[in-house]
Amino acid sequence: MADKVLMKGNEAIAEAAIIAGCRHYFGYPITPQTEIAAYMAKRMPKIGGCFLQAESEIAAINMVYGVASAGLRVMTSSSSPGISLKGEGLSYLAGSDLPSLVVNVQRGGPGLGGIQPSQSDYFQATRAGGHGDFRMIVLAPASVQEMAELTVKGFELADKYRMTSMLLADGTMGQMMEPVELASLKVNAAPEKPWATNGTKMQRAHNITNSLSLVPEELEQLNFARYERYAEIEANETMYEEYLMDDADICIAAFGIAARVSRNAVDEARRQGIKVGMIRPITLWPFPTAPFKAAADHVKSFISVELSMGQMIEDVKLASECRVPVTLCNRAGGMIPTPEQVLDAIVKANNGGER
Amino acid sequence: MKEYKHITLLCGHYGSGKTNVAVNMAFELKKQYENTAIADLDIVNPYFRTRDSEKDLAEAGIRVICSKYAGTNLDAPALPPEMYSITEMKDMKSIVDVGGDDRGALALGRLSAAIVAEGDYEMLMVINCHRPLTRDAESTLEVMREIEAACRIPFTGLVNNSNIGRETTAETVLDSAEYAEEVSRLSGLPVVMTSVREDIAVELCGKVNNVFPLKLQKSIV
Repeated sequence: MADKVLMKGNEAIAEAAIIAGCRHYFGYPITPQTEIAAYMAKRMPKIGGCFLQAESEIAAINMVYGVASAGLRVMTSSSSPGISLKGEGLSYLAGSDLPSLVVNVQRGGPGLGGIQPSQSDYFQATRAGGHGDFRMIVLAPASVQEMAELTVKGFELADKYRMTSMLLADGTMGQMMEPVELASLKVNAAPEKPWATNGTKMQRAHNITNSLSLVPEELEQLNFARYERYAEIEANETMYEEYLMDDADICIAAFGIAARVSRNAVDEARRQGIKVGMIRPITLWPFPTAPFKAAADHVKSFISVELSMGQMIEDVKLASECRVPVTLCNRAGGMIPTPEQVLDAIVKANNGGER
Repeated sequence: MKEYKHITLLCGHYGSGKTNVAVNMAFELKKQYENTAIADLDIVNPYFRTRDSEKDLAEAGIRVICSKYAGTNLDAPALPPEMYSITEMKDMKSIVDVGGDDRGALALGRLSAAIVAEGDYEMLMVINCHRPLTRDAESTLEVMREIEAACRIPFTGLVNNSNIGRETTAETVLDSAEYAEEVSRLSGLPVVMTSVREDIAVELCGKVNNVFPLKLQKSIV
């Protein structure tokens, strides 16, 4: 049959996880990511995997902790309010140096919010997934194909660095259908996990996964070591895409669905003779600081296009060292900016802030 | 042009294109029959609803029967009380867009006794071989049986809506004929129509029987 299938973003995540060797999925339904659980419920029993609808998001993330401890590829998924519930578990996973993939298909907030798409969990994902000093690798797909690719990548990075990868999508990315090619996905098998609690077979000492430290000096050393690993990730794993940046006077910063909308606006502005380009971060942490820093040498301003009240804009300012103005073009609460709105912002920036 | 029964039911696997086919059918039916309605009985998916095309439908004079919560932030499995007019109003012909899979078809069970008793209906299965869980005839049959069990109405025909989104070509549709025929053979049901994007329909003229051009198509970002 055909090489390509027509998939929802949510389904692509689920199938890619299976391709990546994930045989354990724990979750609790919440719009707009429920298709991940529904897909897993159908597929896992057919391939000898485990799908379990947990009694809550908190239970699901702790089941992830258990399987991750045993050294297997494991995932959970939710949407914004559910991810908040998982916060404690995310911190425990970090404190125990356990690899996992957590998917957040964001919806409008705060609180119960709404079921329409949003990017307002950027701070939560890149700054404070839970308490304590820790980071998650945060991946931001902008197409259904990339949903699949970054799911695989998420598992690999999680295993490589013994930490949580978060796939940060939004309701649009989760719900939209696009052709996907899954046969081309390349998967690196999980590395050896000598730390896993998968049975001593009477041949080694007991392994223990734990995030409790009784000695503060030792806890400090664990934190230092973890941040050395984070520095390595910042140096080696940053991903981004540049679009028409070579001669750009104005630079759009946008990820996920906002980048798709912005690309249309950039094309239209170019037709009108405005030199505008775009940097699309694919990893939100580590944030692609270098291209923004370089762009600040030749652009007269940045525009951060977001489905939030302005969160990534802080990283754009930090990366560009505030050398040129950074403005916000946004919608919030589940609304999506239109290409026209972004084009307006570009025209305004090109006129030095005047319309 | 297709002859429409009192009630035309569209069921199928989640994401096979039921709503798109249903909306386009309603426009065709309206051309033949004055008192036309489209009913959205989806209790599973709060997105991509008939209501998205409400303006176009209303302008054409097609009655839209849909939960007032569709497309809002209230993600509740609600059905519109007007749904009973589908069976009650004998002078109104309806296209009924049912939710995906067996879970979606469950809501139809509320009307199944009246529909089957009257016997003036078509129960169509929308199929797409490019959807990951219905890529072959066997898996499609499995979904069909689950839907029938959930709503207690046997299928009467198939709509081949095999497509791969914006990358669909005439070739894609021609290649899917073998799959549709196999589903037809295994189920003993006819392929009532092959629904395709309007620009492709022209290319398929004379190559595929009963081509149904989809004029109204929602675009993505």
